[in-house]
Amino acid sequence: MFRALLLTGLFTGLAGWSASASAETISEFTLDNGLEVVVIEDNRAPVVVHMLWYRVGAADETPGTSGIAHYLEHLLFKGTETLEPGEFSQIVEANGGSDNAFTAWDYTGYFQRVAADRLGLMMEMEADRMINLQLTEEVVAPELLVVLEERKQRVDANPDALFGEQARAAQFMNHPYGRPIIGWPQEVRELTLDDALEFYETYYAPNNAILIVAGDTTPEEVRALAEEHYGPIPPSETLPERVRVTEPPQLAERRIVFEDPRVAQPYLRRTYLAPERDAGAQEEAAALTMLAALLGDDPATSYLGQKLQFDSQTAIYTGAGYSGVALDDTTFGIVVVPAVGVSLAEAEAALDETLAAFLEEGVDSEQFERLKRQIYASEIFARDSTRGLAQRYGAALTSGLTVADVQAWPDLLQAVSEEDVIAAATDVLDKRHAVTGWVRPPSDTAAALSAETPTEEVTQ
Amino acid sequence: MSRLFALAAVAAIAVTGPARAAVDIVEVESPGGVTAWLVEEHELPFVALEILFRGGTSLDDPDARGAVNLMTGLLEEGAGELDARGFAEARDDLAVSFRFDAGDDTISVSAEFLTDVTDEATALLRTALAEPRFDEDAVERVRAQVLSRLRSDAEDPGEIATETFAAKLYGAHPYATNGRGTIESVTALSRDDLVAAHAGTIARDRVYVGAVGDITPEQLGVLLDTLFADLPETGAPLPERVDISLDGGVHVTPYATPQSSILFAQGGIDREHPDFFPAFVMNQVLGAGGFGSRLMTEVREKRGLTYGIYAYLAQKDHADLLIGRVATANATVGETIDIVRAEWQRMADEGVTEAELTQAKTYLTGAYPLRFDGNGRIANILAGMQIDGMPIDYINTRNAKVDAVTLEDVNRVAGELLNPEALTFVVVGQPEEPAPAN
Repeated sequence: MFRALLLTGLFTGLAGWSASASAETISEFTLDNGLEVVVIEDNRAPVVVHMLWYRVGAADETPGTSGIAHYLEHLLFKGTETLEPGEFSQIVEANGGSDNAFTAWDYTGYFQRVAADRLGLMMEMEADRMINLQLTEEVVAPELLVVLEERKQRVDANPDALFGEQARAAQFMNHPYGRPIIGWPQEVRELTLDDALEFYETYYAPNNAILIVAGDTTPEEVRALAEEHYGPIPPSETLPERVRVTEPPQLAERRIVFEDPRVAQPYLRRTYLAPERDAGAQEEAAALTMLAALLGDDPATSYLGQKLQFDSQTAIYTGAGYSGVALDDTTFGIVVVPAVGVSLAEAEAALDETLAAFLEEGVDSEQFERLKRQIYASEIFARDSTRGLAQRYGAALTSGLTVADVQAWPDLLQAVSEEDVIAAATDVLDKRHAVTGWVRPPSDTAAALSAETPTEEVTQ
Repeated sequence: MSRLFALAAVAAIAVTGPARAAVDIVEVESPGGVTAWLVEEHELPFVALEILFRGGTSLDDPDARGAVNLMTGLLEEGAGELDARGFAEARDDLAVSFRFDAGDDTISVSAEFLTDVTDEATALLRTALAEPRFDEDAVERVRAQVLSRLRSDAEDPGEIATETFAAKLYGAHPYATNGRGTIESVTALSRDDLVAAHAGTIARDRVYVGAVGDITPEQLGVLLDTLFADLPETGAPLPERVDISLDGGVHVTPYATPQSSILFAQGGIDREHPDFFPAFVMNQVLGAGGFGSRLMTEVREKRGLTYGIYAYLAQKDHADLLIGRVATANATVGETIDIVRAEWQRMADEGVTEAELTQAKTYLTGAYPLRFDGNGRIANILAGMQIDGMPIDYINTRNAKVDAVTLEDVNRVAGELLNPEALTFVVVGQPEEPAPAN
């Protein structure tokens, strides 16, 4: 069976199993200026991943300037008082390393992967651009065009991504999770150098950042280098408290019919508002994680897959996804791709019946044990990727969790009971808190497309 | 008993660059005569296996295009005594992970399993490789998934560009068409086609294995014999080498989208060719070097025309290409193509500077050891090295080959390899000033 054969990216941002490395390889400490540091030791290869995470993302933007967190992330590569535009990456590459950055709703991160003996140089440069960014109109203007092209490539050229944006905006009526990370196009076009600098000066400070170093190093080495390079940077005295508007009670089901001629395969996706992992209180999130796996992990063994793909041929693909790593309430998602000849309405009716039957029947004990064995194994497989571990800690710590929460997570998953799963499912699978989207081609082009052979697309 | 060949001379060879790969490869030959490359790594209690069968979808019977792909998708949908559900449950009981993929030149099987279920995981994987059932319900289920994917391919600008280019490049060779088949061909595939595809591709004479993790050479020898003893000795004959044909034109496939997807290519160079490393270093400067490459600098950094542009040397088993990709707004397609052509010409005429050469070599030699950082990744590299015919000590000699490249080599090869007249573009989108298709 081809996993993720279809519609890969529908659950972008919803990670799979979480698992932590064994506790003894993780250390944490905080510098006097408030910079938190996490060290993950893995001495199998002479390589380190150096990551600096800021506790700021798209959900922290001022309304009207959507996309500024991401635009600023691009601009961090455009020079400092001592580095020319682009020179940061050139120096990383000249040292055999690779570097990049990413922006999400709750965080912005910068990372380099280099030989272990280049760690000090990476810290020196990353600390430099935390305070010494120097931007000119000449370099920031073409970069705004780059961001607009990125938006076209990621979103406008991709009907699944366009639908995802619309569905999110419908899901979060008040909370900033409803705005796209890359920004709404009409607002991105108007972003200015001043917007970027204001955001930079407000949020980029050691007491709003987390340093993660993973790989062939020691806590002692990291501490010495971090004191040297990040230590002298004063903390911000004006860092705003991280408080966001909350969702009003969601009382009514929302539905979207998204039509685009580029949709080749109609599908439905429903997302329910769901609680996130909270520091010291991750139990419901753990139950929801198990629920997602039981409902829609592997089609041959999951409940939706068995009912809709095996016992009946209603769907050609089913899936469920949930990731609890978020600062505020998140979503629990389900996707059904109907088989040929099955309408979206029929597929949705079958989904609703199947979910009701699941709540009625309860959890299949044998499958539940199987999942727990897989979680145990996935913890070990996860330790094979230092980059993945660093990512896990960075995302968690910028989303309100602690190192202890991350380390407790695998055991919390093992401790989830069948009753916990049903309780969480009953609580969350409530259509009044959900957005159900139908994605399909416009009805007139559907007929035209099906009459067309693929080779007719090809150049004259 | 296993016969072991410890051929990796790790300490003896000096490697320049900031880090070196601590990868100690041994060749293992099983009692039954199957060879594999192994890196023992006992720190984590699991094993990563990468198995490649040479041939892939290019071995399709022309009348059953897509059979190899569909067959590969069915390998874990029922095997031996187990139907699809039973197989999935057995796999999940063991908490093993299998992944099966069919490409133009290979079928790849990736497996990860905990050490304490090595025997059970091996036995289960053996049934998938040797005794797939191709039950009717499983065939129909996976066929529907493949058909859905084909419908999506037909609406994906990048995929349309790939297929359009392949049709132009490869004439009657299997590379010319989508290895997943067409709606018509996949709809028509019979169970016999799948059985034939299996017999033609999953054979001992074309298998390459990389293993990394918590396993000894002796244990690996047992595993190899369990996995492969029941496979046929030989499979279907491999395709011939293909002569590619390029006309240097710009070909537009109209598609309603705000951003055009552009693929450009010309002939490449074989890895065995004495000029391969100069060409590789040259392309690092031209298009492969991330943010620092000339194409990225000119198209993205200076003008903001794209989010990304790159070019890479592609070595397929039966063809070599230099391929690039870029996406840009419909209004700037002409400008982007002009810049790519100008950079091609500039590189052909002037080559690289001494500074660019140094920077490229420093990056390539420094980055190489960083690839070897995880059991799964290393297993993948080990199998790839074998199928590409590299010697077992290649990892320790590769950086010296990069460092040996001179400015004269690069600039001579740039002039010989790069051919702006042959550089051909396929544009999928609605370019505002479409360059004439010839």
